[in-house]
Amino acid sequence: MTTQVTPGPSRVHVRTTINGNSHEFLVPPYMSLLDTLREIVGLTGTKEGCLDGNCGACTVSLDGRIVDSCLVLGAEIDGKSVETVEGMATSEGLHPLQQAFLEEAALQCGICTPGFLVAAKGLLDNEPAPDEHRIRHWLAGNLCRCTGYDKIVRAVQKASAEMA
Amino acid sequence: MVATFEPKSEYKVIGTRPIRHDGLDKVTGRAIYGADIKLPNMIWGTVLRSPHAHARIKSVDTSAAEAMDGVHAVVVNADLPKAENKMVDLGEGATNLKWAVDNILASDKVLYAGHAIAGVAAVDRYTAEEAARAIKVEYEVLPSATNVDDTIASDMPAILEEFVGSPGAEESGHANHVKEFVHEFGDPDEAFGGADHVIEAEFSLEMVHQGYIEPHNATAVWDEDGRLKIWTSTQGAFTVRQQVAAVLQMSESKIRVTPLEIGGGFGGKIPIYLEPVAAALSRKAGNVPVKMIMERRSVFEGSGPAAGGKINLKLGATKDGKLVAADSTLRMEAGAYPGSLVGASGMCIYACYNIPNMRITGYDVLVNKPKVAAYRAPGSPQVAFAIETLVDDLCEQAGFDKWQFRRDNAAKEGTRRGDGPIFPRIGMEEVLDAAKETDHWNSDIGEASPGRVRGRGFASGYWFNVGLQSSVNLSLNDDGTVELVEGSTDIGGTRASIAMQAAETLGITAEDVNPTVVDTDTVGFTAVTGGSRVTYATGYAAYNAAIEMIDKLKVRASRLWSIDEDDVQFEDGVFSSKSDPELSIGFKDLAGKLGDTGGPVTSTGSVDLEAAGGAYGTHICDLEIDPETGKTDVVRYTIVQDAGRAIHPSYVEGQMQGGAAQGIGWALNEEYYMSDDGVMANSSYLDYRMPTSLDLPSIETVIVEVPNPVHPYGVRGVGEVPIVPPVPAVGNAIKDAIGIRLREAPMNAGRIVAALDS
Repeated sequence: MTTQVTPGPSRVHVRTTINGNSHEFLVPPYMSLLDTLREIVGLTGTKEGCLDGNCGACTVSLDGRIVDSCLVLGAEIDGKSVETVEGMATSEGLHPLQQAFLEEAALQCGICTPGFLVAAKGLLDNEPAPDEHRIRHWLAGNLCRCTGYDKIVRAVQKASAEMA
Repeated sequence: MVATFEPKSEYKVIGTRPIRHDGLDKVTGRAIYGADIKLPNMIWGTVLRSPHAHARIKSVDTSAAEAMDGVHAVVVNADLPKAENKMVDLGEGATNLKWAVDNILASDKVLYAGHAIAGVAAVDRYTAEEAARAIKVEYEVLPSATNVDDTIASDMPAILEEFVGSPGAEESGHANHVKEFVHEFGDPDEAFGGADHVIEAEFSLEMVHQGYIEPHNATAVWDEDGRLKIWTSTQGAFTVRQQVAAVLQMSESKIRVTPLEIGGGFGGKIPIYLEPVAAALSRKAGNVPVKMIMERRSVFEGSGPAAGGKINLKLGATKDGKLVAADSTLRMEAGAYPGSLVGASGMCIYACYNIPNMRITGYDVLVNKPKVAAYRAPGSPQVAFAIETLVDDLCEQAGFDKWQFRRDNAAKEGTRRGDGPIFPRIGMEEVLDAAKETDHWNSDIGEASPGRVRGRGFASGYWFNVGLQSSVNLSLNDDGTVELVEGSTDIGGTRASIAMQAAETLGITAEDVNPTVVDTDTVGFTAVTGGSRVTYATGYAAYNAAIEMIDKLKVRASRLWSIDEDDVQFEDGVFSSKSDPELSIGFKDLAGKLGDTGGPVTSTGSVDLEAAGGAYGTHICDLEIDPETGKTDVVRYTIVQDAGRAIHPSYVEGQMQGGAAQGIGWALNEEYYMSDDGVMANSSYLDYRMPTSLDLPSIETVIVEVPNPVHPYGVRGVGEVPIVPPVPAVGNAIKDAIGIRLREAPMNAGRIVAALDS
């Protein structure tokens, strides 16, 4: 006889803020923040690429710091604030980075795009006018296999100019 | 009879850069990729894989896994229908059904480390992985080989016993070494005898991976009436349907495949891996949906990389610079099952040049590594490394100008390709001419940083492109917008490039067409997103559907005006009467007035295209090397490529840049690094080390347009050829920088330091 209840140790109670909204849930202590967002909270915009912190597809902002959500436990966000790609656009419209990615054709398959957007926002929030080398250095933790990065870098430069 | 078209010089939609139709979903996180699907009662599956490169499976004990709390089902090869040892067509050419099934779940032997053995379904992913670890497999480990030389050693057993005594193996002397073809034309031996300059060398490459960021995934569920539903990230929903039907021995029409958004493929998401396992688990678990995501290590070890291998090439030229003879032997790794794509290598190796006397011998070599799959112009980058390197060396040896020699011997309309076909209108000469006009070509290489050296190289490449079958349905809305339904999964902006061709034909804007990629129940057969065929062939189908819609609307206009059908013409988006200048109506206005003319207007287009029109590119590379460490930085890179006609130039540039980036990784760093016992030692992104944004310069692009005469808008495929020239372009630049020729790829820091030390 099988069960629909996840076996293993008892769950951890988490109260957190995700994209400005309060969330409260129970999470298995071993579950990554990536799976917590995708499976418990239901936000699938954050993507899985490697599960070992080397591709950046799962990049989110945790209390304003850029992290690979596959390397953080869901239980660790208790009392903290998480921003994902779903929180970038507002009722006013797209974030300038999102608009620039569209206009500059900075995505092809799009699987790395949420991670790049969150990472680039983390850069521009702290450094409004980075040069090309700084952008390339900042984004080196995010892999894109489709674009060769040129159009991504241009999109970040364009968004930076728009936000100035 | 293949229809030909006269290109127009000006278009309204084609050549513009609209925002792609799926863009909003993809920048907001709303787009649903394969891993994002969630169904009621869904459980999770995973796969147990072999730690050994070559072993006989003595027993598999799944009892401990099955007894675990939360586990719903465990499946092994015996849970799949018994596969006969017979050839079947799986949409990628014929293959042996037993091999196809054994690659999904191994039966008697495991043939590579990472070979799937069992599937487990459980309440969640973590539990499934725990249970997979509880499966006990007893192995008898066999000798293994992971390169084309070791695998033909006398004490190396046959990887596939079916080849023992086969004609191809008899001829080559080993069951792991199967001769595929010899293409011969003219008299190469006599031509070499008469040549003033003869040069030959051996080139070696390692297996590499496509590196798509999204892992393979599949979700499957059975209906109670025996219908199977699959959701997956794939380059071809119909190809998945075809392959799953063969493996599960059921009718294709009993399977519905829904292609979700796909996070990269580059050829690697044409084969199936997880789909039949998910289906078998779903059935055994009581017809509940089972979702599977392949972990990254297994993507490297258990999906389909690109062949490494060895290429021996000999070229002969006259003293006045005419290439007169070529001979090559290609020994390409197939992985554990046949299919190295050496045939494509044979089609491409001489395709940049007009060589009157030539021979190509191709071998498919079995090794204990995963079965290779297509990777962007499969088979062409490897042979480009050989010929574009040797052409450079020949020029240096004979004192020829490297550009002039290539231009003088360039393939053109009427040139015979190595494997036989005669080229139609192609753009090799135009691409070489355009390369010479680039800013990059005409700029100084610049000062190297202190202690470092710079070099420049260039190289060309070819890909034949394919046509094949595509279907498109159109339906007209009252407001004059058009719904476009297609079967081509969109990996890089093809919704836009298809919609733009429909819009151009209909005289409306790109935004007026709403493209949707649908499941196999909802549109006619459409071949894979591969072979650089989608903008070409599905675009052609969209054109045909649009022409049919215009014809139908002409009839509707004639009814509206009570005139003869033949009196209605359509030009620049306006229907008008040929005889009465008072009668004219725009496409969108007519769409709102169809109520009384005969109901909704829909149309379909389908194609089956044999001719595709090959594409060429030439790349220029400047790099800087630190001789102390061997670290190599590409400092400037320019791509010149014939696109026929660029429908959406931004996405054409994107294909060029992305292909070049992959090729630069292939040239400098990427490889399957195999341990002595046949296990991939670098099966993570950290150790496989693909190029990052910091490793590459801004890649410059020049689009050359030599319209393809067999496409209504002159399109040539653009996706694949850009990965072909980088390996030799980088190698030629390294030679220029350090004066030493490297003939083994990757040309990594270790090899550069070793070359400088010797």
